Amino acid sequence: MKKPTGPGFETRAVHAGAAPDPVTGARATPIYQTTSYVFEDAEHAADLFNLQTFGFIYSRLTNPTVSVLEERVASLEGGRAAVCAASGHAAQFVTFFTLLEPGDEFLASRNLYGGSITQFGLSFDKLGWKCHFVDPLDPENFRRALTPKCKAIFLEVLANPGGIVVDIEPIAAIAREAGIPLIVDNTMATPYLCQPFDWGADIIVHSTTKFLGGHGNSMGGAVIEKGTFDWNQNDKFPSMTKPEPAYHDLVFAETFGDFGFTMKARAVALRDFGPAMSPTNAFYTITGIETLPLRMDRHVANAQAVAEFLEHHPAVDWVSYAGLKSSPSYDLAKKYLPKGPGSVFTIGLKGGYEAGVRLVESVNLISHLANIGDTRSLILHPASTTHRQLDDEQRTQAGAGPEVIRLSIGIETVEDIIADLDQGLKG
Amino acid sequence: MAAPHEPLAYSDALLQGILRTVHTIAMVGASANPVRPSNFVMKYLQGKGYRIIPVNPGHAGKDMHGEMTYATLDDIPEKFDMVDIFRASDAVGPIMDKAIELAPQKGISVVWMQLGIRNDEAAKKGEQAGLSVIMDRCPKIEYARLYGELSWGGINSGIISSKRPKLIRKA
Repeated sequence: MKKPTGPGFETRAVHAGAAPDPVTGARATPIYQTTSYVFEDAEHAADLFNLQTFGFIYSRLTNPTVSVLEERVASLEGGRAAVCAASGHAAQFVTFFTLLEPGDEFLASRNLYGGSITQFGLSFDKLGWKCHFVDPLDPENFRRALTPKCKAIFLEVLANPGGIVVDIEPIAAIAREAGIPLIVDNTMATPYLCQPFDWGADIIVHSTTKFLGGHGNSMGGAVIEKGTFDWNQNDKFPSMTKPEPAYHDLVFAETFGDFGFTMKARAVALRDFGPAMSPTNAFYTITGIETLPLRMDRHVANAQAVAEFLEHHPAVDWVSYAGLKSSPSYDLAKKYLPKGPGSVFTIGLKGGYEAGVRLVESVNLISHLANIGDTRSLILHPASTTHRQLDDEQRTQAGAGPEVIRLSIGIETVEDIIADLDQGLKG
Repeated sequence: MAAPHEPLAYSDALLQGILRTVHTIAMVGASANPVRPSNFVMKYLQGKGYRIIPVNPGHAGKDMHGEMTYATLDDIPEKFDMVDIFRASDAVGPIMDKAIELAPQKGISVVWMQLGIRNDEAAKKGEQAGLSVIMDRCPKIEYARLYGELSWGGINSGIISSKRPKLIRKA
């Protein structure tokens, strides 16, 4: 489908969702640090609780500052609507709670952030949701793994931490044939580098904590709905197509149409489990997004230079960055991430586990911590941290073997980042 | 559903123009059941100052949100500017014919079909008769989208503006 012409990405990054405050004229988005909102009268309150009019009740459901962020990420992804949550993990929970019933199953790429593998494989299992992990390098693996109870396919387009690009288009076709939504985690790429809805995704999730917020100061997550998935095409999604007893038997797909999933995720999952984003975190994230295009250009340029330097370093066995011609993902990156494959990638050290520990302890500019997508350059040894709870086989499958170092290249002077790594690798 | 067709595109200026100029709306298929969308769309638009006249043969002669319900468009004794249709797409033809017939005497200038309702043949007839026709949209959602309320639910309004949003409230 041809995209409607409208304001460009950079304009939307600054403005989408953020008209001036109607009462005060405040130009920056105010932080509405309030839990609750006064009703006009009893009937207005009733209409709000019945979801029959628009407005604010309680900041666990909606908050005017968070709403600005929601509309902004929906706009940047080219989606219909979005709901934010306290973290990326909360966003994933809200997504799957809205899709799944106990006993349901879904497929996920096995190249995921380690925390997602744990959430899907262990914690979701306790709720009666079964995740089958699939090697994404052959898209047909998803078709082979489908079961009648599968209700979704989940993948990271640019996988964390391996620097692998997953071929979205054929996997989207498999999901479409199965009548289930494709959920893409676009955290590592951001909508500036990749537009998953253009390639067939139905739902996008984000940890806004990473590049969107961009400054390592605010936790957050987002779920974005494209608005074209037909919930009524089969009987797999009763949560969308059957009357909801908690709202006078309202049918979400019928009543809210192309933003029904977002309404349901908010009105039931966010309401009943409570992982709401704080307005202050929303404010920092909104401010961060205003410079997303500028930051991502620098992140990508620095990452490319650092990856090229490391590829020729004697202490480095291999570099897995999709911007390098040596990467098996190079061609897919050109297709899905034409502005560059992000700034998070892994390297393998010839010295194995011990060399990994030594490097993270030797760097002086690069910070040793468990995050990505900060203005600052970050370093991590996944085997001893984020992927520690996985077994050796899972670690290797997820691209987090003992010799692996994950880098998230920041926006500092690139020569300084390279010099710090160089001295660290010698130390 | 409008699925087999290309999605319809209406400019914000066109929708805004309609919502600004229209005052009285005959709502065909208005339901007295408070959990049906037509019922709360009526109530919402009343709250924005529009006068809504419900049309529903099953509820004729009875009150709905303070308004008398009529069985047909013919039965409405006063003037109205817009017909808003909450009926299946294949039921739109005769309603459009009636709106065209009554247009000069009642002052009808707009026929609006709700979300999921689309009848291209009827629309063509209406447009040829000089009416503005909107299909597969909800006036409540469009009002809320154009005046900022839809954004409160994290919905992408598509609107970028450096002006203070001003709600229109009908007198």
